[in-house]
Amino acid sequence: MTEFLAFFKTLTPTGYLFLLLTALTVISAMGVVTARNPIYSVLALIATFFCLSGHYILLNAQFLAAVNIIVYAGAIMVLFLFTIMFLNLRREDEEAKTNLTKIASVIVGGTLMVMLIMIFRAKSSQLPVGSTVGFEPNTGMVENLGHLLYGSYILPFELASVLFLIAMVGAVMLGKREAGDRHF
Amino acid sequence: MALPILLTKGLIILVIFGISLLIATYSTYAERKVAAFLQDRIGPNRAGPWGLLQPIADAGKLFFKEDFIPSQASKWLFILGPSLAMFTALMSSAVIPFGDSIRFAWDNVNYDVNVQGIEINIGVLYIFGVVSLGVYGVMVGGWASNNKFSLLGAIRAASQNISYEIALGLSMIAILMMTGSLSVRQIVNEQATFFEWNVFTQPLGFIIFLTCSFAECNRTPFDLPECETELVGGYHTEYSSMKLGLYLFSEYINMFVSSAFISALYFGGFHYPFMNEVNGALEKSMGAVTGHNLATAIGFLVFFGKILFFIFFFMWVRWTLPRFRYDQLMNLGWKIFIPLSILNVVVTGAGLLYDFKYSSWLIVVVMTVLAVMSQAKAPKQQVVPQRTV
Repeated sequence: MTEFLAFFKTLTPTGYLFLLLTALTVISAMGVVTARNPIYSVLALIATFFCLSGHYILLNAQFLAAVNIIVYAGAIMVLFLFTIMFLNLRREDEEAKTNLTKIASVIVGGTLMVMLIMIFRAKSSQLPVGSTVGFEPNTGMVENLGHLLYGSYILPFELASVLFLIAMVGAVMLGKREAGDRHF
Repeated sequence: MALPILLTKGLIILVIFGISLLIATYSTYAERKVAAFLQDRIGPNRAGPWGLLQPIADAGKLFFKEDFIPSQASKWLFILGPSLAMFTALMSSAVIPFGDSIRFAWDNVNYDVNVQGIEINIGVLYIFGVVSLGVYGVMVGGWASNNKFSLLGAIRAASQNISYEIALGLSMIAILMMTGSLSVRQIVNEQATFFEWNVFTQPLGFIIFLTCSFAECNRTPFDLPECETELVGGYHTEYSSMKLGLYLFSEYINMFVSSAFISALYFGGFHYPFMNEVNGALEKSMGAVTGHNLATAIGFLVFFGKILFFIFFFMWVRWTLPRFRYDQLMNLGWKIFIPLSILNVVVTGAGLLYDFKYSSWLIVVVMTVLAVMSQAKAPKQQVVPQRTV
């Protein structure tokens, strides 16, 4: 306990902020999984994205933080909420509650957890130790990011945009009503 | 950060907060007066001189009404809805530069503090983030009411906001290309000379941005989420008392913020013609400190003049145009505004390549010619009654 207190005393304000944000992130992420109602689940996921954006800001990646909020919290989660509201999933979905699915999900989730812990334990000694020497605080700023994306990484960037275009065309193809289809 | 800067910053933030609340309050009064003027009525004139105390009377009424929560509603989300709407509305004014800077000396050190909540180099993206969150208040409230009309209103709000956000963002990219910065202050400073105001260099972008901000604020002609002819009261059907008041109030704050944003992005912010001459004369005659502060105050007032004009414009449109039909709204957003703004980006980029700032006018001219030609070519139609049998 005293060690814990000593650790707390060594922290900078940024450290406290980090701990607070981390606690909030974990709590809201737990809320996503444990909420009974899908609407609450989505709202908790939005809160999680906000906390993640806070982490990005702590890492001095303002652009990433803003884009995370615009794209994930602002657009994708609105569409999630939209769909769930339309479906109105209030009654209990019986299919998802059978013992088989429960056991399967426990096994899959447990395996993932074990793997993550193993990797973390094996590699944590090799992690580079952060230092303030040679640290470039402007790396995450939008100008530097733009120079990188449109300079060294122009090909992957453009390929990703082509991928998005293909996905978009595919979605429109799937959603298009053909002649003679029913309206609903 | 030094203490005097912190204190002035705090003061500025409080003043901006207070002013945005005050303007939103009196927008409700102005809305009724403008409506009355446009409909040849008198409008509110009972509470106080010229009815000036009307907003306070309204607030009192809303506070003392019964605060009703439907029994089948999801209680917490029902309360969260209006809170979110208000929260996101108030957040966005943080990055708007309301004036140049306040200059003062403290302990023989000169300070220049920007009249702005906070200056960040992603100001535009910040505003986008907040705008895209604005729809949650409406959606959460509409869903939590457990009422079909509210739900339909919420769903309409969501799809409308998402559709118009894209065009809003694309129409602004042209400005970002011309300025080369995401900071709102930088964008304002680029428009120092009158003919370089973005409304002159980006006329098409301005029209698209203005229309999209109408849609984002849920104002007529795009107030489909609360369309009372189809949806009773839309998303706030079940709301009463100050919860309803907060929804209505957040709409006025949004209107204020988007007016401020339009003035900053397209109308030069706190700049006005011959500003440099006025500033120079003031600083020469009254000293570098007082003169500069006075010049800042004039810029501040000019900026608020622009904002008030746009608030009036919002009201003017509301009481002039009828509401769109939902499919017309979607067609306008997806099939007209998005392609047009992409074209605008391409043409502006081509213009910048040859160092020509006004290339966006090309699209406007071509569009006008096409419109006139199609109008001239179209056979003269007689007005046929729409409804048959």
